[in-house]
Amino acid sequence: MAQSAEHVLDHVELFRDPEYQQMLAKKKIFENPRDPAEVERIKEWTKTAEYREKNFAREALAVNPAKACQPLGAVFASVGFERTLPFVHGSQGCVAYYRSHLSRHFKEPSSCVSSSMTEDAAVFGGLNNMTDGLANSYNMYKPKMIAVSTTCMAEVIGDDLNAFIKTSKEKGSVPADFDVPFAHTPAFVGSHITGYDNALKGILEHFWDGKAGTAPKLERKPNGAINIIGGFDGYTVGNLREIKRILELMAIDHTVLADNSEVFDTPTDGEFRMYEGGTTLEDAANAIHAKATISMQQWCTEKTLTFVAEHGQDIVSFNYPVGLSATDDFIVALSRISGKEIPEQLARERGRLVDAIADSSAHVHGKKFAIYGDPDLCYGLAAFLLELGAEPIHVLSTNGNKAWQEKMQALLASSPFGQGCQVYPGRDLWHMRSLLFTEPVDFLIGNTYGKYLERDTGTPLIRIGFPIFDRHHHHRSPVWGYQGGLNVLVKILDKIFDEIDKKTNVLGKTDYSFDIIR
Amino acid sequence: MSLATTQSIAEIRARNKELIEEVLKVYPEKTAKRRAKHLNVHQAGKSDCGVKSNIKSIPGVMTIRGCAYAGSKGVVWGPIKDMVHISHGPVGCGQYSWGSRRNYYVGTTGIDSFVTLQFTSDFQEKDIVFGGDKKLDKILDEIQELFPLNNGITIQSECPIGLIGDDIEAVSRAKSKEYGGKTIVPVRCEGFRGVSQSLGHHIANDAVRDWIFGHLEGDGKPKFEPTPYDVAIIGDYNIGGDAWSSRILLEEMGLRVIAQWSGDGSLAELEATPKAKLNILHCYRSMNYISRHMEEKFGIPWCEYNFFGPSKIAESLRRIAGYFDDKIKEGAERVIEKYEPLVNAVIAKYRPRLEGKTVMLYVGGLRPRHVIGAYEDLGMEVIGTGYEFGHNDDYQRTAQHYVKDSTLIYDDVNGYEFERFVEKLQPDLVGSGIKEKYVFQKMGVPFRQMHSWDYSGPYHGYDGFAIFARDMDMAVNSPVWKKTKAPWKEASSAKLQAAE
Repeated sequence: MAQSAEHVLDHVELFRDPEYQQMLAKKKIFENPRDPAEVERIKEWTKTAEYREKNFAREALAVNPAKACQPLGAVFASVGFERTLPFVHGSQGCVAYYRSHLSRHFKEPSSCVSSSMTEDAAVFGGLNNMTDGLANSYNMYKPKMIAVSTTCMAEVIGDDLNAFIKTSKEKGSVPADFDVPFAHTPAFVGSHITGYDNALKGILEHFWDGKAGTAPKLERKPNGAINIIGGFDGYTVGNLREIKRILELMAIDHTVLADNSEVFDTPTDGEFRMYEGGTTLEDAANAIHAKATISMQQWCTEKTLTFVAEHGQDIVSFNYPVGLSATDDFIVALSRISGKEIPEQLARERGRLVDAIADSSAHVHGKKFAIYGDPDLCYGLAAFLLELGAEPIHVLSTNGNKAWQEKMQALLASSPFGQGCQVYPGRDLWHMRSLLFTEPVDFLIGNTYGKYLERDTGTPLIRIGFPIFDRHHHHRSPVWGYQGGLNVLVKILDKIFDEIDKKTNVLGKTDYSFDIIR
Repeated sequence: MSLATTQSIAEIRARNKELIEEVLKVYPEKTAKRRAKHLNVHQAGKSDCGVKSNIKSIPGVMTIRGCAYAGSKGVVWGPIKDMVHISHGPVGCGQYSWGSRRNYYVGTTGIDSFVTLQFTSDFQEKDIVFGGDKKLDKILDEIQELFPLNNGITIQSECPIGLIGDDIEAVSRAKSKEYGGKTIVPVRCEGFRGVSQSLGHHIANDAVRDWIFGHLEGDGKPKFEPTPYDVAIIGDYNIGGDAWSSRILLEEMGLRVIAQWSGDGSLAELEATPKAKLNILHCYRSMNYISRHMEEKFGIPWCEYNFFGPSKIAESLRRIAGYFDDKIKEGAERVIEKYEPLVNAVIAKYRPRLEGKTVMLYVGGLRPRHVIGAYEDLGMEVIGTGYEFGHNDDYQRTAQHYVKDSTLIYDDVNGYEFERFVEKLQPDLVGSGIKEKYVFQKMGVPFRQMHSWDYSGPYHGYDGFAIFARDMDMAVNSPVWKKTKAPWKEASSAKLQAAE
């Protein structure tokens, strides 16, 4: 018996004890296991070009896709508004999943309600669920706004949110003038980034275009302000704070739309804050008057930006700007649109990032990378790698489309370091597995699920993306701005140095190269 | 902090009753009436806890419950390691439940084991409009080609499947025939069915009955010689290795475990279970259905057991042994004796640090009662508990064997109610799920996730009890909980408390 009170062994060590190992070996006979030689043969076969070809010929099955569904993005966007309760119309299990998913990444509470539709609602529609649900949520959680989105169940049976909300208000669920914006967010269209887009557009449409016919449409009176949209982002806490810091440094009048940087980073001080921070409803409405709206993530905001442009604003979009050039472009755009000068402090911050890159680039230069994630994230990271002299080889985005592929290819074509890179829209991590076996790279950049690829293929994983479940607190630091670029550089360097140390730490074999200075 | 120790039972009862009344005030009248049936104070001697259960959740209240898909794919089927489980429908359900339940297994993942892979049909609009059966047909072919060592496939239906009229049973039958009798199991666990995960467990159990037991061939299985001491572990999902730290005790007492349902389980083990002499059932809620079926169909008796904490473990070992001869009965005593020094050492180390501490629980199917004994072994007291998806038979077991007089009971509790209860009762520890964890930690209340063991475990068995004790101690006695108030604010908050 290995267990003891003095040194308690948990799952990490307990089962390595010979008693357990013998027990598990004996269990095998009941499992009717495959012949180990056959397992080995198939394992090796999955590493081949032949397997890769079959794998890429898949037409119907997805294995380990790197995307979630629309309502997750809708919930993420909705909590970025002042005292806003996301309300997802449909089955309740979905909401349990979104809340868990967000909590596992941010290590924060995630508040959201469901209309808890069941079989009878599937037959008769979910109007009663909406009516009761809005009344209950309103009374219990005292929100200032309830932002409605849908699960696929409500979409398949065709529930009409606009009509349901109107009827609920007539029945007194919430006051007639209470804000209940909505968005249809079917899980079988697009991904979580589509849901972000739909929900945000739904909220802006609500405030700008007459609250579903219950108020006059706002008339735009242009001012000098800039709206910022972050998009679906695992680093929203660090990133939005960094963007706000930059805007304040530049003295630009601004509104961050869907600002969830506070609600996903509340203090532990004895009080649970269900709502915290967020774009005020007044600011959301007044955002119509802004001079321009900047989206940090084009593919998260396609419909929203079109909607904003139709209201007469300039729109500018970025693709998850990480690193020097992308941040330069962002800062210059801010200055151009606002007419404000770029303060010396930002030039200093830029200089420090250049300094860091110059100090360390020898270690990154020429290293080969695979990247996967949301389309904008992939673009931003690939662009940064190119300016570090690193070589992206595989860029894969399950929720990337043809237009994304073309834009990625144009970026890669623009750099001598991008020539060896292929772009894979609509593919999943089982495809990535084949790529890593048949065309190996030095490092993989991706979310937590990349650890399975790291284990299978031996490609060291640099965790950047969403979700990150198995490392803590990285979302609190920005990856945008010059400071964010430095953070990303450090993440990459740390892994590179760790790998060199791992390769050279065999006593008596590689006492050389195990350097104290690198 | 423990209010319970300073008050009489009558006082506690009155306080809890008052608390329930207060909480109900927030609701619109109709909702208050409905919720009132789910909240109560346990009265000693009653046959159940005095609450209604297994009833639809109320819209908009922030229920903590999940769905039938979660109960089938996430709980019952997902851990069967050598089968591929397709999340059939849109991408989300499979994504959110991907690898997060910690059903440990031994195998070559992606080659002969598939638990931590996310297989999905990733439905698009055209699949909703034109139906997904053809896509499913093709998916089964692609799985066969790319994962040739799978021993079977299950189709875990997501909401749209039942709404668009797909015939996954017909596809399963046809493809099974095409692949020479391969086990392909369609599961109708659409998320809108039933009121919680619970119906998903039942549907999954029925799918085993119909599509595994219903297709057993007469010969060839099982591929081992039966013994009089063969048992199956039913309803242990091997979270953090729970089934392993249980199995080791059963084998030490002389039994032979021929199947694990379903943690670290395999299709062959499911198929062999009708040869067991006794089914021992840990999670009654999720697998009583198949146990009852096996009793009726194959004449296999089943017995419930509880491997949390030494008191319940010893009681359970003896109960299980009661079904066998003296050799096993002596084996049970030998096991209890063998682990006594470990138990004593664990209690000696941790009980003084945990004595008198109060706990509030809100978990799933068995833990709201099953873990109470383990806390009591450490001198802790459970002052409130409730089930996410329990039925009345769970509350009966709770009332008759576990909770103390005047314990606060909350069925299908929601965010609002749970926060108010904890705020008022100020327990030293809350044990619940990921959605609750950070809420209570923000409030300064120590917390352990009691679904996933907060990424620790195992908690079952004697080895598990040591980990349980360590974890509860590190939660309750973490120095961080003394630091939640800024020193310059501490004075004013003390004043507030004194004024209360």
